[in-house]
Amino acid sequence: MAHATGDLAGGELAGGDIEAYLEAHEQKSMLRFITCGSVDDGKSTLIGRLLYESKLVFEDHLTALAADSKTVGTQGGELDFALLVDGLSAEREQGITIDVAYRFFTTEGRKFIVADTPGHEQYTRNMVTGASTAELAVILVDARRGVLTQTRRHSYLVSLLGIRHVVLAVNKLDLCDYSEGVFEAIVEDYREFAAGIGLTDVTAIPLSALRGDNVTEPSPAMPWYSGPTLIGHLEAVDVSGEVLERPFRLPVQWVNRPDLDFRGFSGQIVGGSVRRGDPVRVVPSGRRTTVDRILVGDREVEEAVADQSVTVTLTDEVDVSRGDILAADSDPPGVADQFEAHIIWMDEHPMLPGRSYLLKIGTRTVGATLAHPKYKVNVNTLEHSAATSFELNDIGVCNINLDRPVAFDAYSENREMGSFILIDRFENTTVGAGLLHFALRRAGNIHWQAIEVDKGARSTLKGQRPALIWLTGFSGAGKSTIANVLEKKLHQLRRHTYLLDGDNVRHGLNKDLGFTDVDRVENIRRVAEVAGLMVDAGLIVISSFISPFRAERDLARGRVQEGEFIEVFVDTPLDVAEARDPKGLFRKARRGELLNFTGVDSPYEVPLNPDVHIDTTRLTPAEAADLILEHLAGLPPVGPGGTPH
Amino acid sequence: MNGLTHLERLEAESIQIMREAVAESERPVMLYSIGKDSAVMVHLATKAFYPGKPPFPLLHVDTTWKFRAMYEFRDTLVERLGLELIVHRNEECVERGINPFDHGSALHTDMWKTQGLKQALDRHGFDVAFGGARRDEEKSRAKERVFSVRSAQHGWDPKRQRPELWHLYNVRRSPGETMRVFPLSNWTELDVWQYIHREGVPIVPLYLAAPRPVVDRDGLLIMVDDDRMPLLPDEVPMIRSVRFRTLGCYPLSGAVESTAATLPEVIAEMLLTTTSERQGRIIDHDSSGSMERKKQEGYF
Repeated sequence: MAHATGDLAGGELAGGDIEAYLEAHEQKSMLRFITCGSVDDGKSTLIGRLLYESKLVFEDHLTALAADSKTVGTQGGELDFALLVDGLSAEREQGITIDVAYRFFTTEGRKFIVADTPGHEQYTRNMVTGASTAELAVILVDARRGVLTQTRRHSYLVSLLGIRHVVLAVNKLDLCDYSEGVFEAIVEDYREFAAGIGLTDVTAIPLSALRGDNVTEPSPAMPWYSGPTLIGHLEAVDVSGEVLERPFRLPVQWVNRPDLDFRGFSGQIVGGSVRRGDPVRVVPSGRRTTVDRILVGDREVEEAVADQSVTVTLTDEVDVSRGDILAADSDPPGVADQFEAHIIWMDEHPMLPGRSYLLKIGTRTVGATLAHPKYKVNVNTLEHSAATSFELNDIGVCNINLDRPVAFDAYSENREMGSFILIDRFENTTVGAGLLHFALRRAGNIHWQAIEVDKGARSTLKGQRPALIWLTGFSGAGKSTIANVLEKKLHQLRRHTYLLDGDNVRHGLNKDLGFTDVDRVENIRRVAEVAGLMVDAGLIVISSFISPFRAERDLARGRVQEGEFIEVFVDTPLDVAEARDPKGLFRKARRGELLNFTGVDSPYEVPLNPDVHIDTTRLTPAEAADLILEHLAGLPPVGPGGTPH
Repeated sequence: MNGLTHLERLEAESIQIMREAVAESERPVMLYSIGKDSAVMVHLATKAFYPGKPPFPLLHVDTTWKFRAMYEFRDTLVERLGLELIVHRNEECVERGINPFDHGSALHTDMWKTQGLKQALDRHGFDVAFGGARRDEEKSRAKERVFSVRSAQHGWDPKRQRPELWHLYNVRRSPGETMRVFPLSNWTELDVWQYIHREGVPIVPLYLAAPRPVVDRDGLLIMVDDDRMPLLPDEVPMIRSVRFRTLGCYPLSGAVESTAATLPEVIAEMLLTTTSERQGRIIDHDSSGSMERKKQEGYF
């Protein structure tokens, strides 16, 4: 054996019956837990110790560990278990962990998956990620320092993410003379706080991870403690909870249709159980049917339960596709398109209220807009404070609007049915995560009144096809000049127009807005809304704004009907625009007197596929206007009744 | 929890990952290395899409230096399951006769495997590729995502990796980007063996001990699998009872002396062993950051 202590997995094997042993080991259960605490609390040491004690540290690793312990160890040349778990080389040198690492160990009774997350302040994102799949949390406290701000922060996140089982691991008791008084005081302090945030199942264990006290063996140094060891507790704790008693939920991942005789719906059950013959409902469509066959892999079964990946067939030919939920007929999930939710922001770029993101819930992805935050939560004090947007590692509450209804259960009822991620439409990055609490009643269920005088009627009267001509480009690119020429030309053609630009909007409608990214988004949102109403009035609207972000231009596009939005990229190289600088703005920005200036210290996202591309280094403003007119003329004419088709 | 065993939960999770990747990709592929992890992946794939066949081909990035038993096993498996197999060999390596003896293990692995893999993915336009890597294999893999984004050049940038919460995987890719998907992320070597045992998953016989001709090279027992292997002047192959813990190119795969000729015996030995699985792989020996660097270069 490589080392003297522990041998949790292989202990029974020597000389034993291997077949019986395998049989027993294949029946093990699994527990996923998260460890919370900082390096100072001895978290890495504890995990290293668990791996070591369960014999997952091999000789070659130990050799490397012994060598590393001498060069970068913090234990004076003794084995530094923390070095076993600190991952990427960059962070090993920095001495802090900067991501979520997953570790594995196994004992006689269970396999464990440990999400190891750093305790460092700005890494809320990592802890939330690790906690999202954990069934239990081990919260480490340094016995010398007691319950700290970060202990509260970790506990709040554990509670928010719906982990019901907590182990309070009071570590480093060897440095406090293994004092029962120290332990009891910390436990009392913690329980009071934990109960306040809904953590009621707390098991406190006095430890020394470094010395191995109460890790696998009861510590002779703490005869006053009669509770379980850490491993003993992790092996025995029952976290089965209520997921089995919850109503049946199966998010459909994949429609399995290998031939005309078989049409199955595949997915992982996230709540309750299902038997052959059970009545089920397809959500959101609401169609009712009955379960015919259930397959777990290639095996046909009578019943399947939560966590199993299955394929079911139904007795009726109902329409079911990826993203739908098959649910218990007697207790189906809610369906809504407006929610209040907790948001955890995970991206360097802040959340922009009003911008359209993608939201993935279960197996369905929809468009989503976030309203202004109601508040954000200070994770250290749990106080609420006002916020205009969410930044990296912020947690807060806001309303969400979806572009179509989705099925859901409240997160507190079912984690998988009430959680979602937010994805940036252009970068495709995961920018946030959220927990759904409840659906909002639509504001008085406003339905747009179908008025008889509609856009078609208005545009027919004007004899024109309404449009929104959207000029985008750098300051100084020539947008306003081209827009003016274009409006004159249209006017001569007896068209009804209106020109929206910074001058007539910034002084009135948007005079409360500055030039931060948040304000720029809001500026364009208002312009888009106004332009949308004007198009509805039958006008040809010309808008002239830098509008640097693709997402906002697409938002404007979404305010009008397809074909009505004409994106015109007024393409002037930055150096040319800066040389023109008609308003002296570049000079100000370069002197630092004007912040967030597009092209200087704020990005411009080039249109990917503009309807009209104008190279101002080659065309005069009049030629540019003609190019736009040509594009307009090439569009289909106004259809009968005035509605453009 | 719900009364499911750890193997049942791991299986269900892997199947969920595979279905999610296939549902959100246009041209998925499964990288097939013929080893035990690949064997488990293929087994899971047949379950995930049963009664249909897995809706993607297997891709074997070949080096021409695998054990003969591996090629035989591969062809039998594909035939039996009726799967599509694409074998890719880096033509430049074929032309230049790249081999581990004349060119060294690092160049050999880089050109055949790393470059070969990139070529194959580009040529066929695969956007999502399943790989059998596990987080327990190596320290730098503990933080690898289940869905790992790769740049158009197949590079791995730690900063581009996305947080993965609950079972919600973000499979979206920007133009040119591809994704590596690791359905066995949460499996350990022991889980893999237990699952092979429980399910009767077929594996290459080289994993079981048998008398085989080997030579001792710098402490590694290398099997003389064919006559391409140049012997040193005083080297004579000796017959030893050996098995392999990992399989790759035969000149780069170290055998362990063993009498474990059945699966239970192999597992029994494994539970008592004191060296890690990757120790038999020559490429990992350089330094502790070596796997991380290889990943950034596009090695799986």
